Amino acid sequence: MLNQLPLYQQAILTLAAMILFSSFALLAQNRVLAMIHVFAWQGLLVALTTTFVAYDSGAHHLYFSAALTVALKVLFIPWLLHRLVRRMGIDREMHEVGHPAMVLMTAAALVIFCYYVAQPIHQLSTSITRNTIAISMAVVVLGLLMLITRNKAVSQVIGFMSLENGLFFAAVAATNGMPMVVELGIAFDVLVAAVIFGVFFFHIRDSIDSLDVAQLNQLAEHDQ
Amino acid sequence: MNALQFTLGIPLLASMLLGLFGQRTWAKTFNVWTAAAGFAASLWLAWGILQNGVLGGEATQFYVDSFNVYLITLTAFVGATSALFSRPYMARERASGRLSDGRMRLYHSSYQGFLFTLQLALSTNNLGVLWVAMEGATLATVLLVSLYRTPGAIEAAWKYFIICGVGIALALFGTVLLYFAAARVIVDPDQALLWSVLARHSSEFDPVVMAIAFVFLLVGYGTKVGLVPMHTWLPDAHSEGPTPMSAVLSGLLLNVALYAVVRVKIITDGALAMHPVAHNPHLPGYLMMGFGLLSFTVAGLFLHRQQDIKRLYSYSSIEHMGLITFAFGLGGPLATFAALLHMTVHSLTKSAIFITVGHASHIAGTQLMANIRGLIRTQPAVGWGLLIGTTAIAGFPPFGVFVSEFLLLIATMKAQPWLTLPLLMGLAVAFAGLFRHLHPIVYGDAPEGQNPVQANMWPVAVQLMLVLWLGLAIPAFLARWFDQATLLISGEGLL
Repeated sequence: MLNQLPLYQQAILTLAAMILFSSFALLAQNRVLAMIHVFAWQGLLVALTTTFVAYDSGAHHLYFSAALTVALKVLFIPWLLHRLVRRMGIDREMHEVGHPAMVLMTAAALVIFCYYVAQPIHQLSTSITRNTIAISMAVVVLGLLMLITRNKAVSQVIGFMSLENGLFFAAVAATNGMPMVVELGIAFDVLVAAVIFGVFFFHIRDSIDSLDVAQLNQLAEHDQ
Repeated sequence: MNALQFTLGIPLLASMLLGLFGQRTWAKTFNVWTAAAGFAASLWLAWGILQNGVLGGEATQFYVDSFNVYLITLTAFVGATSALFSRPYMARERASGRLSDGRMRLYHSSYQGFLFTLQLALSTNNLGVLWVAMEGATLATVLLVSLYRTPGAIEAAWKYFIICGVGIALALFGTVLLYFAAARVIVDPDQALLWSVLARHSSEFDPVVMAIAFVFLLVGYGTKVGLVPMHTWLPDAHSEGPTPMSAVLSGLLLNVALYAVVRVKIITDGALAMHPVAHNPHLPGYLMMGFGLLSFTVAGLFLHRQQDIKRLYSYSSIEHMGLITFAFGLGGPLATFAALLHMTVHSLTKSAIFITVGHASHIAGTQLMANIRGLIRTQPAVGWGLLIGTTAIAGFPPFGVFVSEFLLLIATMKAQPWLTLPLLMGLAVAFAGLFRHLHPIVYGDAPEGQNPVQANMWPVAVQLMLVLWLGLAIPAFLARWFDQATLLISGEGLL
């Protein structure tokens, strides 16, 4: 079936698979710097997909979105994280993943579940969109999984931003991007969020002397 | 220039100015005056709606109808009264050395920025812009939650940021799916996210996509409403931030998030109603009823074990938001009318309570309820304010909360008689939870050396009077707005 598709759509599908793979790589990675690099690669893959979709569908405003993604997700945020990690002296730190095999098995199960959810959508039956919707949903869910399984602030931020990549990919793949005003708004929000995250790293370190957010637990409902 | 531009422009401009000059002594007063000007602009806007009906047409970027106009006015009003309260409150915090100049600037700028994002979220017609504004509201307030930089405040802010960030990300996924469903029907891509266009075409959308989109949107915006089990950020953020912030978070942000859910529900209902056999047309309603009832029950129980006074009232907010969500889910004109009324009275009462709580914790020098005692003796205005406010929020007649809860109970008895049982039990549990803590706080013996503080109780008095008024008689114009909104949401009017 694959060779019946136009070349660009085949390329989009391949890139989608690679984006999903990069999500798995993020889940399993335990070095901070490597994690930032994988995140930058994922951003680049999303930007590439956006360019292909723009060419394939003739939706020219997507070129702009792709450029925005490169600027924000491939250059600015990884650069910011790099700088923060260096300044805090945690660039050699290992972020252990608890039960890595379990996490990856769960991730695989979640991907299958996402395909199951996307299956009954009738209007997708003729296009490659069913695959891309399922994959983008999977990237979102894997980002959530990463947020849950990690307890270092930097890893959580990368999980969060990777989740954001999944959302952007969904918007591009399913609907050729959102209206321009919305995309600009979202990009602005992501930018502000990244800066605030940076501010927070310092606050958390000043507060508990590390970035292990599992130690932030004094507000939970305790027994009296 | 029209009224809407002023309603949006004043807080935006004020936010920028206060970002530059927010540490000056006049900034606190400036904050009050701009919030008051924003309220005046919103009254002007409401007057226009009263005269001409809907503002904005089929395909405009802004759309104000009877559903959001009263929320816009309410937001501007509570924003103004809380700013009035924040002036002496923040002056005291600054004088006590807990806050530096830079943080005062951050506080004032964020306060106005927050009001701007709320007004934008309410008045926009574009569901994408609505999302951007909701995320903007999180970003504007997250640094306010951590304003005091205590370990607790940092923890609360991190939790708030991550949980609401993820929640709102899920809402974006829902928005993408919604756009995906709409883009097949509506040709012009720039119009496919406009609510007024979507509502008109809702019956043509693919029901499966709409159902999935609604689930994502409900969980996403529901996180900001504070629905259990996504509520864990809410008590933390309310208790650790400065008190004026708690008042606007509880009184306004939760309402706006719920407003977003209801707007989407209208579209989803329209899409599912076309296929009553293949798909359950009540799916959105049932989901909202489930989440609402769960939040209502769980939060009522949690009231009993609180030690911090602001946490107590934030659980009460979760409880009431649960009740409103349940009412919207139940559907039907009576329940919907009750929900709209409850949104108004809850927001007025709860922000009045938080203002009083702010004064109370200044009097006692702590937020721990075990150490707040004898308020009526030390400062009768604060003590009585807290007592009357809590009586109102617990649902006693003749206050407005009683009326809306009574209407909801009647509607439940008609539609789902068995559910009146958990509702009544939940109300009793919540009442007990509030008053077991409140009684010693207001009546107990005041500790030695407890002195009154300089408190401005006017906002509290005005807001509680309004709640009382709404309990005795709803003014005709407001009733008509509620009725038109009820017609829009449930398909039939009440009056």
